[in-house]
Amino acid sequence: MYLVVEQLLNGLQFGLLLFLLAAGLTLVFGIMDFVNLAHGSLYMMGAYFAATFVAWTGSFVLGALMALGATLLLGIVLEYVALRHLYGRDHLDQVLATFGLILFFNDAVRLIWGPAGLALPLPAWLTVPVQIIPGVYYPAYRLMIIVVAMAVAAMLYLVVMRTRVGMLIRAGASNREMIGALGINIKLLFTLVFGLGAALAGLAGLMQAPILTVQIGMGENILILAFVIIVIGGIGSIRGAFMAALFVGIIDTMGRAFLPDLLRKVLSGAAASTAAPALSSMLIYLLMAIILVLRPEGLFPAAKR
Amino acid sequence: MKKAFWLAGAMALALAQPATAADSVKIGFVSTFSGPTAVIGNDMRNSFELALDHLGRKIDGKPVEVIYEDDQQKPDVGKQKTEKLVQSDKVDFIVGYIWSNVLLASLKTAVDSKTFLISANAGPSQLAGELCSPYVFSTSWQNDQTPAAMGLYMNQKGVKSVFLIGPNYAAGKDMLAGVKSTFKGEVVGEEYTVWPSQLDFSAELTKARNSKAESIFVFYPGAAGVQFLNQYAQAGIKAQIPLYTAFTVDELSLPLQKDNAIGIPGAQEWVNDLPNAENKKFVEDYRKKYPGLRPTYYGAQAYDAAQLINSAVVAVKGDLTKKDAMKAEMEKANFKSLRGPFKYGNNHIPIQNFYLQDVVKDADGQLSLKTVATIVKDDQDKFHDKCSMK
Repeated sequence: MYLVVEQLLNGLQFGLLLFLLAAGLTLVFGIMDFVNLAHGSLYMMGAYFAATFVAWTGSFVLGALMALGATLLLGIVLEYVALRHLYGRDHLDQVLATFGLILFFNDAVRLIWGPAGLALPLPAWLTVPVQIIPGVYYPAYRLMIIVVAMAVAAMLYLVVMRTRVGMLIRAGASNREMIGALGINIKLLFTLVFGLGAALAGLAGLMQAPILTVQIGMGENILILAFVIIVIGGIGSIRGAFMAALFVGIIDTMGRAFLPDLLRKVLSGAAASTAAPALSSMLIYLLMAIILVLRPEGLFPAAKR
Repeated sequence: MKKAFWLAGAMALALAQPATAADSVKIGFVSTFSGPTAVIGNDMRNSFELALDHLGRKIDGKPVEVIYEDDQQKPDVGKQKTEKLVQSDKVDFIVGYIWSNVLLASLKTAVDSKTFLISANAGPSQLAGELCSPYVFSTSWQNDQTPAAMGLYMNQKGVKSVFLIGPNYAAGKDMLAGVKSTFKGEVVGEEYTVWPSQLDFSAELTKARNSKAESIFVFYPGAAGVQFLNQYAQAGIKAQIPLYTAFTVDELSLPLQKDNAIGIPGAQEWVNDLPNAENKKFVEDYRKKYPGLRPTYYGAQAYDAAQLINSAVVAVKGDLTKKDAMKAEMEKANFKSLRGPFKYGNNHIPIQNFYLQDVVKDADGQLSLKTVATIVKDDQDKFHDKCSMK
């Protein structure tokens, strides 16, 4: 029983982390109709900034905050310098250009920080396991990820649903041309949205960094998951991204945790051990395929155009 | 006009190539030079270049030409690069291969063309057994050997039960099988993770803790080893369940693992402090040539590969067409290996010692690896019976 609780927490933590990445992606894709493959690079930059600033300041929290600001700034600059010229273009052009940006960022990082990767050590108070219910210990840092990501999700919800900027963002997601025609400074809105998306990606990267390592190309694998999530959740929908991220996180973790044992009941030991990881990594794609067949718009599509 | 020009150029090149091939030794080097594991490929290249420096950049008086190719850690790319080296570059030797799955995909191309292939790291069980070939040599080990040595050490420590975790690819399966072959206690669980994309091991660590196993064994080379140790320590499991490893802590991962690696034993056929003259010179010169870097076993094996090639070419006095004579010479392992002398088995896999290594702070206050004991002497892999060469 405890095992299930602990694995659920693992899935929740992974899902929330994916949400941070997917939220930015779905905003940019949904509102600006812009396919940004370089979103994973912003995730990577968040991690590199954090590792650098934490080493400079000696404080994990301070360094993380500085890194967050730096990725926000980087996102705004990137939008202003490069991406804004691509809005009117075909999706294929955007894919090509942002793929180029991935290569650019990877090599820029190689030049600045070297090929070996960095470590982002945690302060001692975050490296202890916490007893959540008697008998179940959970790493403090992973708990912190859950808390921070929940807080960010709540804040995003409030901003999008309760403020004027949020209203514009929602309006942009359902009809871009119309809010432009109503005299809203759509360029500024786009820059803001892109900066916000970048900061969220950076936050995901810097929070993931102590668990993994800070290395070149770290954003590429996880970006695929983020795309899966926005397809499942419905493009442009924050709520959809949130639910889908939790689904994906929990299904992926539970699959890894329990599928091997289930398979071992049916298959021989060796065959089960080999098949289980392959199958469990397929589960989320299976989910995506089913959703695409049943609800091509995603689970929670943004308001219809 | 332009076309004709290019055509002429291409033909001139084609004509020029065989002429140079005859009076140089051409070596293809396949390893990973991009992505997160590029640091391993770089270390192998650094050590191979250092070996060539030590040989005076010449083998039997002939200049050496090395063509480095990046396999991107992907079996299909590795195969493609091997085909290119064999078919269009017409190299005399192919060296390298970090990853067992890349090597297995590339093997047939090299063997069919009767080009000597020297694996400087990967040692899949198939290579030692049914796929063994007169044209293939290893300067590393067979995958099962190192974890098998770890299993013996765990028996010495009186460990009663173990939970195994490893990546789901050729080498991962060999490694876990290797521990199981010697470990006398109970194996309470065995988990494979998606390789190389899975980097979060929370589900596996949770299972390991709940299994009540007395110990954990893992095999995670490269950056995955850093991530595993991070998560193992953060989950507080380091204080509860001791960890035993193969190929998880090395000089490349140690600067990132830092204190997480202290107290984590590993088994290895080469350690930087092995007391022989060649090894001392290698480690010293490496650190001089590449300031800030330290050589790893990957590098030591690549260095040995260069020496093995040198011994073969010198024995036939530079006549690279005498393949049988070169093979016979290489089978003698007639060179000064950095790990100390070893013999080849019938399947061209070394019969060698395995050592216990531990993480210590050295004189500069830096973390480094140290030989603690010899776990097993003159160990031969258990697949050599399946090899048709006698």
